[in-house]
Amino acid sequence: MSKTTNQKAWIFVIPVVVLVAFNALIPLMTVVNYSVQETFGNNVFFWEGVKWFEEVLNSSRFHASFLRQLAFTGTILLIEIPLGIAVALSMPKKGPWVSVCLVMMALPLLIPWNVVGAMWNIFALPDIGLLGRMINGLGINYNFTQQPAAAWITTIVMDVWHWTSLVVLLSYAGLCAIPDAYYQAAKIDGASAWAVFWRIQLPKMKRVLTIAILLRFMDSFMIYTEPFVLTGGGPGNTTTFLSIDLVKIALGQFDLGPAAAMSLIYFFVVLLLCWVFYTLMMRDEEQ
Amino acid sequence: MGIELKQVSKRVGAEMHIYEADLVLEKGGFNILLGTTLSGKTTLMRLMAGLEAPTSGEVWFDDKNVTGVRVQKREVAMVYQAFINYPSFTVFDNIASPLRVARLPDAEIRKRVGEIAELLKLSPMLDRMPDELSGGQQQRTALGRALVKNAPLVLLDEPLANLDYKLREELRDELPKLFENTGATVVYATSEPQEALMLGGHTATLHQGRITQYGVTAEIFRKPNTLISARVFSDPPMNTAIVDKQGDTFVLADGIRWPVSGKYSAMADSSYTLGIHPHHVTLGEAREDSIAINGLVQVAEISGSESIVHVDIAGNPWVSATQGVHPFEVGDSTELHMQVERCLYFDEDGSLVAS
Amino acid sequence: MAKITLENIRHSYMPEPKKNEDYALQQIDAEWSDGSAYALLGPSGCGKTTLLNIISGLLTPSEGRVLFDESDVTDTPTTERQIAQVFQFPVVYDTMTVFDNLAFPLRNRGIAEDKVKTRVNEVAKMLDLENSLNKRAAGLTADGKQKISLGRGLVREDVNVIMFDEPLTVIDPHLKWLLRSKLKELHQQLGRTMIYVTHDQTEALTFADHVVVMYDGTVVQVGTPIELFEHPAHTFVGHFIGSPGMNILPCEMSDGAAHFAGNQVQTACTNLPSNGSDNIEVGVRPEFVEFDDEGLPVEIIKVDDLGRHQIVLARHDSNLIKMIVAEDAQIPSENPCISFSPAQTRLYKDSWVID
Repeated sequence: MSKTTNQKAWIFVIPVVVLVAFNALIPLMTVVNYSVQETFGNNVFFWEGVKWFEEVLNSSRFHASFLRQLAFTGTILLIEIPLGIAVALSMPKKGPWVSVCLVMMALPLLIPWNVVGAMWNIFALPDIGLLGRMINGLGINYNFTQQPAAAWITTIVMDVWHWTSLVVLLSYAGLCAIPDAYYQAAKIDGASAWAVFWRIQLPKMKRVLTIAILLRFMDSFMIYTEPFVLTGGGPGNTTTFLSIDLVKIALGQFDLGPAAAMSLIYFFVVLLLCWVFYTLMMRDEEQ
Repeated sequence: MGIELKQVSKRVGAEMHIYEADLVLEKGGFNILLGTTLSGKTTLMRLMAGLEAPTSGEVWFDDKNVTGVRVQKREVAMVYQAFINYPSFTVFDNIASPLRVARLPDAEIRKRVGEIAELLKLSPMLDRMPDELSGGQQQRTALGRALVKNAPLVLLDEPLANLDYKLREELRDELPKLFENTGATVVYATSEPQEALMLGGHTATLHQGRITQYGVTAEIFRKPNTLISARVFSDPPMNTAIVDKQGDTFVLADGIRWPVSGKYSAMADSSYTLGIHPHHVTLGEAREDSIAINGLVQVAEISGSESIVHVDIAGNPWVSATQGVHPFEVGDSTELHMQVERCLYFDEDGSLVAS
Repeated sequence: MAKITLENIRHSYMPEPKKNEDYALQQIDAEWSDGSAYALLGPSGCGKTTLLNIISGLLTPSEGRVLFDESDVTDTPTTERQIAQVFQFPVVYDTMTVFDNLAFPLRNRGIAEDKVKTRVNEVAKMLDLENSLNKRAAGLTADGKQKISLGRGLVREDVNVIMFDEPLTVIDPHLKWLLRSKLKELHQQLGRTMIYVTHDQTEALTFADHVVVMYDGTVVQVGTPIELFEHPAHTFVGHFIGSPGMNILPCEMSDGAAHFAGNQVQTACTNLPSNGSDNIEVGVRPEFVEFDDEGLPVEIIKVDDLGRHQIVLARHDSNLIKMIVAEDAQIPSENPCISFSPAQTRLYKDSWVID
């Protein structure tokens, strides 16, 4: 239903537009500017056209960090979504424990991200960290600062610990919205627990899960703080994800041109993948 | 003049929700919008309230053009099908809310709320919260909020649909009385023809976004201008069949015929659609103004005071509603009495030709 | 098919019920025989849905036993009770087609696929769903979805009883009518026990062979629609059934006869209470109040034209009396007087009928 148009609303919108322009659009335009030019400092610029874009797209370093990023995002989505749904399913819908569960689920989401990274860093240190010491004590040789596999696993576990709660809370909200009559009808129809999940709960949670997946996808694809604080991108570059790599190039090597080009490519990739996801999930609704 | 719609239409995307509508509702009258769900009743009400702007046309209220005036500026009160109350306010605060917005003094607010609560039998509940009340009480609170505003235009969108049958009956009796003294123009949307008849007043029948007829409720019931209006306004549904007028006889299939009486004689000899209400096709004793028809009983429903029988008359599924209890067997052939003077004839466009 | 017996059923939703008011169901003893159509009729909160859920096993009663054909099923879970239930709003499995929806209960019980196919097609035919079998269930209208819900119950042949919890609530009035008749037709065809919960007396009386009227957690009367209409055992039944409900008027006993407002009233009561008894009331339905020049003088307050009949609101002193008069009957303008039909006038003491 359309609402009556209200011209006064523009007065509220203009300050926001100005702010967004200042904070986002102008820097974005600066990046675009840098991506098509070359500079050696002193504000002297030479037009390079698409050279940086070509260089980035052909660079094996970019391919490597892109693939690492895809692997990371894919893995955590595969873990966090089912895990989140499972936890939401096991949470009580009524009674005194509901608030307790909800608060517990919210806690990890409240911690500043660099603190999360720092926490897990210390926690997993092989010599003085509680977890690291314990694992090594069990006879497993574990050192995330030196072993790529350990670094990956630790990063993934950290992300799962940090963000699964988001999926849980969203799924829980979706589940609570399902009326009792569906469960009663399923009982009468003799449906198994699996059928109830597959045919009633999951379809009814579709909207909510789409949001959860999109949010987790975007956030994990752009992840920076936590892995940076945890591993610094190491050992070597085994956990150097796209944004970490980007920052290294831009600020570390001060190659503004390639960095700018890479940012733009990064931006478009995220946009594209989100659009694909969204269309796929919403396609059924149109039918 | 209360509220007037001049060529008002509403298009949403590619769909026309309301086609060019012209409607004049008298000030202070009780008006009913009757139609099935999705016929446009709610959209029409929203256009009257100012919650939506028409795609074309004008809305006039009290001789002023209010098209495009925002709803906050218009003096409208609206009650919805779902009992909508402020969940964190007590009943008292709920009813008082429009008065508080208007910044009336406290003493005045207390007086007015007290009066309305008395009228709606909510006085013992003024301190309760809406979720502690029953459905009927919650809806009365919403009505109280609409009444206390004393708005010149009150819109009620199927307000009784979520209530118990008996409660609905009681509130239906009370509603016209409640608004009578305020002089407000009331518009009440419903999809039940029975409800429209019980409320009286004037009715506008809606069908797929068009207003098909407007007039005194009982008159529209008796003289629908088209087959569509007739169908909207009948519950049980009106019986229809194709008949031929041949000179001075009407012929329905299978040798059912009856003479053309005075008021129908002006009709041309042609094929017409006959429409007759179920309560004019009865079982039991013959009447002097009826002819006997044979039908095959399909389903029978007895409600204690009425017998409703579904019969097959020459291939047409007809319904007969008779006062009293009439025993019969399914599959039996039974004799029905059709009151010929009550027949309505519609031509091929569906317009009423004679009644 | 089974006989259902309810023994000493009491139910409270509270963990520690102390007084009568804490119980949703006060005391129910009932026997429902094979193959009949029953209706549980009562206002919201009277306990009818609670009772339905106890029979279907979705709720275990705080006290008492439920027996299906003499075997105690009080603790048997729903899936093993062989019942089917249709809920207030349509429950369909959105991701499956109509066919798969109907096949679901059979497939869950491991029935062979070819048997499933035959059965689903049979049921789809009964419900006029044959053309929608391959469509996605989510795309159907409300009444289509309710039919699917109903179909899932019919498709199983081992079902003892089919229960309906206000199933027509979300259906449009025009379609309500059709679906109601369809249910009646199905009952006549299949002969299965059906229990139908509703607050709408028309639905209850037209559908059921026996109606159980409930109020505040107890069963007030059980009878056929005709019995309930003509011999209400309690003033609540008189009030709740019939539109409008029974007129209940104050009555004094003197000189060995019943008097209303000083005039003697002839009733159907054979055991008249003694002179000066308290709490006596006269009950007569509006259908059985007529204009009679030698009757009680009244003042006519309002006449409502309801199309098929007229409802007259009359007053004598401070008592309001409603009458139902034929469509074209003349209302006397001078000195209207009324009388009650003796055979249909009843006496009530403390709200219970005196025979």
